Amino acid sequence: MEPKRRGTAAALKGTLISDLKSLVRGIGLQGANPLRRRLGDSIFTALVFLAAFTVIILMAMMVYELVRQSLPSIEQFGLGFLISRNWDPINNIYGGLPYIYGTVVSSLLALLMSVPLSLGIAIFLSQFAPRWLRSPLGILVDLLAAIPSVVYGLWGIFVLAPFLDKTVEPFLIKYLGGIPIFAGPAFGVGLFAASVVLAIMITPTISAISREAMLNVSRDQKEAAQALGATPWETVRMSVLPLARPGIVGAIILGLGRALGETMAVTMLIGNVRQLNTSIFAPAYSIASVIATEFAEVTEGPHMAALIEMALILLFITLLLNLLARLLVQKTGSRAARIKGRS
Amino acid sequence: MSEGLRIQREEEYEAVEQTPRLAPPLTKPEVPPHESAVEGTDVEISRDSELIGHSAGRRRSRNFRSKLALTLCALSTVIVMVPLALILFYIVYQGAGALNLSFFTSLPKPVGESGGGMGNAIVGSLILIGIAAVIGVPFGVLAGTQLAEYRNPRLSWVVRLMSDILSGVPSIIVGIFVYTLLVLTFKQFSAIAGGVALGILMLPTIARTTEDMLRMVPDTLREASLALGIPRWRTITSIMIKTAGGGIVTGIMLATARVAGETAPLLFTALGSRTWPTGLDKPIASLPVQIYTYAIAPFDAWHKQAWAGSLVLVLIVLLLSIGSKIFFGRKMKRAN
Amino acid sequence: MAGYLATNNLSASFGGGVQAIENITVEIPANKVTAIIGPSGCGKSTFLRCLNRMHELVPGAKASGEVVWDGRNIYASGMDATEVRRGIGMVFQKPNPFPLMSIEDNVSAGLRLASGRIGKAKIAEVVERSLKLAALWDEVKNKLHKPGGSLSGGQQQRLCIARALAVQPDVILMDEPCSALDPASTQKIEDTIDKLKKNYTIVIVTHNMQQAARVSDFTGFMLSKEMGEPGRMIEYGPTNKIFTMPERKETENYITGRFG
Repeated sequence: MEPKRRGTAAALKGTLISDLKSLVRGIGLQGANPLRRRLGDSIFTALVFLAAFTVIILMAMMVYELVRQSLPSIEQFGLGFLISRNWDPINNIYGGLPYIYGTVVSSLLALLMSVPLSLGIAIFLSQFAPRWLRSPLGILVDLLAAIPSVVYGLWGIFVLAPFLDKTVEPFLIKYLGGIPIFAGPAFGVGLFAASVVLAIMITPTISAISREAMLNVSRDQKEAAQALGATPWETVRMSVLPLARPGIVGAIILGLGRALGETMAVTMLIGNVRQLNTSIFAPAYSIASVIATEFAEVTEGPHMAALIEMALILLFITLLLNLLARLLVQKTGSRAARIKGRS
Repeated sequence: MSEGLRIQREEEYEAVEQTPRLAPPLTKPEVPPHESAVEGTDVEISRDSELIGHSAGRRRSRNFRSKLALTLCALSTVIVMVPLALILFYIVYQGAGALNLSFFTSLPKPVGESGGGMGNAIVGSLILIGIAAVIGVPFGVLAGTQLAEYRNPRLSWVVRLMSDILSGVPSIIVGIFVYTLLVLTFKQFSAIAGGVALGILMLPTIARTTEDMLRMVPDTLREASLALGIPRWRTITSIMIKTAGGGIVTGIMLATARVAGETAPLLFTALGSRTWPTGLDKPIASLPVQIYTYAIAPFDAWHKQAWAGSLVLVLIVLLLSIGSKIFFGRKMKRAN
Repeated sequence: MAGYLATNNLSASFGGGVQAIENITVEIPANKVTAIIGPSGCGKSTFLRCLNRMHELVPGAKASGEVVWDGRNIYASGMDATEVRRGIGMVFQKPNPFPLMSIEDNVSAGLRLASGRIGKAKIAEVVERSLKLAALWDEVKNKLHKPGGSLSGGQQQRLCIARALAVQPDVILMDEPCSALDPASTQKIEDTIDKLKKNYTIVIVTHNMQQAARVSDFTGFMLSKEMGEPGRMIEYGPTNKIFTMPERKETENYITGRFG
């Protein structure tokens, strides 16, 4: 990143000094009278600060609104909301456990699948791949991040889920079915399908930020290992991974945050069945998907408060994860996170 | 040769010139003895044959492990290309068949009738993105300007943190926020509400890229401008932002690409509609929501339409994001 | 003899076809200190990095010609680059210990890679011996578990020397090892070099002619005709001779400071 920045700055400087001169001549910028000029400065400064404060106010308002709207539910159900599995709009009794369970399990499964792949990609693209191949491959991986969530959902429903249903799941059930989490029957649409799509969706995030962290490891450090006779892989293990670790951990946490909050693809693939089932092939529900499916149908009352409390829980978790991740990523000096950390 | 090096060399020359022709003294200068000078003399300096005696076999296994790891890393890159290829293939394969002119110009047909299109959803998406840009771009660029140009460390720290956090908030939560803020207040799902939700999602990306781009502008340019007596606000608007313009536009395009595919925040803000847009205060159709509705419906004809819609949506998003990269890359090249 | 190095028509280039050094043929005697001097940009570091195949790790970089070590050409097709680097160690301009590893682990890092299963006692022994050789033992013996990054710059550089010694190399290449250090640390490193040459062949690149004169037995003078031209070995011989009776005009100019 650094050399590129410097090159850019130098390039800009070259072309723009001439611009500057013509500007001064052309618009007569110097001629403004002192009063007008002070006024201009004040107005502009006010606007700029207004915009900056907007960002802060937005965040504050978001938390405030969600707390305010979910207050009835918080007061009525308290902490029991988190561990109750009742969700009964008719009698207005709400508990979010099945949603929390589905969200957490699908996201962790996605991490389990995505992390090894993402680190492999990051190591390959930052250390091993030939120079000319790095940027095109990087762009291709990034393309995965550009595909809209709803398109993943569509593809998941009509291509991935049937495939999992007919081939992968029967295979796993046949050989690992004795373990409860792999117990049958195969459903296609369910926790597993949602996790697979989530894994695909968070891979570009994790791999891009880890790659950036690995690229930040200086040549000095790699040469230290190489000069001792380390093989390329040993160099990665001795020099690259330890120094990039905070950035890698940050990348994984950002990926987790993204998976937890992902809505459309999960809604379309997780099955939307409110149950706690040990099998990962069974349909389930998630926080984001219950909001997506039920929120438009309710207008007020305890049901809405309960849904907004689910949103508040999700917001709270993702805020914590994001804070943690940013701290870690900053530690390795990676600048990629804030550009690519978004869902 | 840098200034520092030259000076260093000159010092060397001076030392040399004192004894012309016979350069530096060859005898070792008298050095006050220090601890470490004697330390180690008692150490037997010999190579330990046992330690270097690592076999060719071990070397082979280390090299093998390295190659294996390299192969696995390359393989993971290949593996991840598989879903990418499959997704793109299916979108094109399934979508192209259902794509025709009337897809862009007609309204959705009721179940059972063939034909129809997503004209209203495409127009609706454009309107929503337009509203989002009207909100997200000025606020984003101005907030980014504050971060880069007004050195106010404590405020900047908070703003930066908040915008980073905002960029990590799940988009569906932004949707709920706008719902409580606008839809509940005005008792109306509307294009405005949808646009605001997307605008909020654009804001942090634009703010942070603007900041980065402004920081790339050399300080000398800013100082030169201020020294010429140009007021600060003109310096920033006419010189700084103009200079960083290409980069800022790239950021805006990327932010647009991202929100163009957003579905979740529109579900209960813009809602959806089966007619052409009638007003900004009315519910409005959008491409992503329409794809979602059709995808989960049990009709084959609608599934076809969903694929076609996906093809259009992905084309828009990819054109925006690849276009911005090429645009940015070309600008850099030309500047060089 | 294991520590004997010789190059034959050694040339090296960087990506984009930039030739860094050209046709260098020298013999580097075993158990002596050989200094390589020359103005900056003359390719002396590149030359050094070609001696243990570090040069080729720079993307796009290539080397051609021969470097004979222990009777074998290290660029021959059957040679294992990692084994070459194990036997021909290197100390860099900027101290680069593994910052998060303990001092102890820093020293034993290469050893643990190369030698597979060796006992803890043996490792401790090698660590102690290497640190003593690098004149660092007394300063760190009570904090072997502290991270390598916690030491001062001079100590870090000696830690790097100890780390290079621990893998039992025949040759140690030093690329301006003192340029980032204060005079006291420089002194300690020069003492260490002096001590090591009984058993190791040392090649040191330095921009400091006095250092070359102080520590080396043989000196090579490198020069590139112009910026961007490849560097050549202009003169090579006993240090005494190079500094008192250089044969080439360019060497004399450089030594006496009437250069350029």
